[in-house]
Amino acid sequence: MTGSRLSNLLASPEGRLAIIAVVIFVAMSILSPDKFLSVQNMTSMAFQFPEFAILALAMTLTMLTGGIDLSVVGIANLTAILAATFLTRFAGADAGVGMVALSMAGSLAVGMLAGLFNGILIAVLGLPAILATLGSGLIFTGIAVALTGGSAVMGFPEASAWLGNGSILGIPVPLILFGLLAVILSGVLQRTGFGLKVQMFGANPLAARFAAVDVTGLLIRVYIASGAFAAIAGMVVMSRANSAKADYGSSYLLLAVLIAVLGGVNPYGGYGRVIGVVLAVLSMQFLSSGLNMVGVSNFARELIWGTLLIFVMIVNTRSWRRPKAATPAKP
Amino acid sequence: MKIDFSRNETLVGLVILGFCALATVADPSFLSLATLTDLLRGGIVLGIFAVAALLVLISGGLDVSFTAVAAFTMYTTALMLNTWAPGVPWFAALAVGMCVGGLLGLINGIFIAGFGLPTLIVTLGTLSVFRGFMLTFIGQKQITTLPSGMREFGRAMMVRGTNADGSFYSLPWAFAALVLVVVVTWTILHRTMLGRAIFAIGGSLESARRIGVNVKATQYFVYIYVGVLAGLAGVIHASMARVANPFDLVGLELSVIAAVVLGGARLAGGYGTLTGTLLGVALIVLVRNSLVVIGIPSTWQSVTIGILILIGTGLPAWQAKRAAARAA
Repeated sequence: MTGSRLSNLLASPEGRLAIIAVVIFVAMSILSPDKFLSVQNMTSMAFQFPEFAILALAMTLTMLTGGIDLSVVGIANLTAILAATFLTRFAGADAGVGMVALSMAGSLAVGMLAGLFNGILIAVLGLPAILATLGSGLIFTGIAVALTGGSAVMGFPEASAWLGNGSILGIPVPLILFGLLAVILSGVLQRTGFGLKVQMFGANPLAARFAAVDVTGLLIRVYIASGAFAAIAGMVVMSRANSAKADYGSSYLLLAVLIAVLGGVNPYGGYGRVIGVVLAVLSMQFLSSGLNMVGVSNFARELIWGTLLIFVMIVNTRSWRRPKAATPAKP
Repeated sequence: MKIDFSRNETLVGLVILGFCALATVADPSFLSLATLTDLLRGGIVLGIFAVAALLVLISGGLDVSFTAVAAFTMYTTALMLNTWAPGVPWFAALAVGMCVGGLLGLINGIFIAGFGLPTLIVTLGTLSVFRGFMLTFIGQKQITTLPSGMREFGRAMMVRGTNADGSFYSLPWAFAALVLVVVVTWTILHRTMLGRAIFAIGGSLESARRIGVNVKATQYFVYIYVGVLAGLAGVIHASMARVANPFDLVGLELSVIAAVVLGGARLAGGYGTLTGTLLGVALIVLVRNSLVVIGIPSTWQSVTIGILILIGTGLPAWQAKRAAARAA
């Protein structure tokens, strides 16, 4: 630790990421100043990223415990399809806010149930998180396919469009929703006993058990929360696309993992900050919108994301190794 | 005879037998050479992928980039041969593919062994990089005219015949490639020091280092070998499909890993068998091809695979947990 501010900033993954985000923003502004800095672009970016950013928050929470949730996209699509089916069957095109709110509350409950299912598989039956959620993700997606035969569900009341397309005081609703969720998650992780226990468990599961943490209950709650986040993301996608389909956002899964890792979350558990994930999301969105404006194809974006991930990993790698002494003995 | 029910191989084998029994009852024509050759043909590319994924799992890693390696390889190989050497024989085409795949595997190896980065994250990154690079700089259009060597290889049949009801069945020579891959991999794993080293670093990296295993060299070998296998699978896939579609293959990676884990390989590393892996692949192919025969509509396919994964990995995990609780 030298005293200077810059080296302090460089010492944390979040600091380095903040610099990356700023550099990308400035570079894109210089490359295409009239388009990238336009109000129109800012608004469209603000509508685009919240849906996968919310999935990345779910991924962050589960990764903090040393797990992962590969079923988020499956949960998002299943809940969206259930809400969509409910809306098209029981609510007409002129149905009010009440029906829409009811459908959303219902899908939030389904998302939490799906999370409970994951939690039981992982905490009670002892499946590795990656396999449990891979399997359950296939099941959730599969149920969504079976319910719809693979086609899209469309025709919602107008009120349902607000969540994905509306604005409050000029700020897009999805962005507000994401901001709210990020603040809540960050607060829970840093200010509550639950948050402390999540990080303790992630850093050293055995020590957490010996410290009398109710590990089973903790993991179940983590996956329920992850399911709830996924359901919210599903609602945003459904509202924005004005339809629901079993294979929407299939590319969001690896993207959510990538963002969480880019944001400095340790995939082995124990370390991660919401602010890092927010910065990672912003970097990704600046990069993809900016590249889009200078005429780079979607595929080049994939290439650049991958490169960015590996680059950040190489820089972060030192702080990412678990200290040897903390590795738990196999029970 | 005592059957060991705690082994995944037994479980998967029983499920396969049960599935076939049900299918035969539902439709007696299920039990035919045509079904068998379909199953074997469908298992070639998945099987080679699964062997590759198994090797990485045994070494304690997790590779999700092999499908991108395969897609990249089949596309560039077809393109390069068409441009520079359209007339080369089939073995040269396969060799080129294996070299390209090996090079891409080396890139994974550099980040994993050289920089010591976590395998899942590196391969997640290279998955995007390989695919993005191919689609941006090499091309996005399907190659419908394959070089003659690949066409010839895709057409060469080992077994060919007609059923009593007049339908055709056939098994391409590409199946021999899977057999060869299994034999070579078995030999490496169980008859060489290198194989011991792969198991050792998967069991415990630090212990392996202390008994003198060259961890880095072993990891380099694993990722290059996996690249070679993925390249081979890619060229075979294009040869059999008679088209090199750059959008094929990517997206299969999690199903392949699921098949391997279903066969009993441990995610934590250090344990896994080729028998289990092949049984896992057989089960997945069976569910994909023939679910409808036992009366489950094909839209329920992924639910079925999901349930199989949860049962196949949940039962041993639960047993292990109970055993641990009893011991404590």
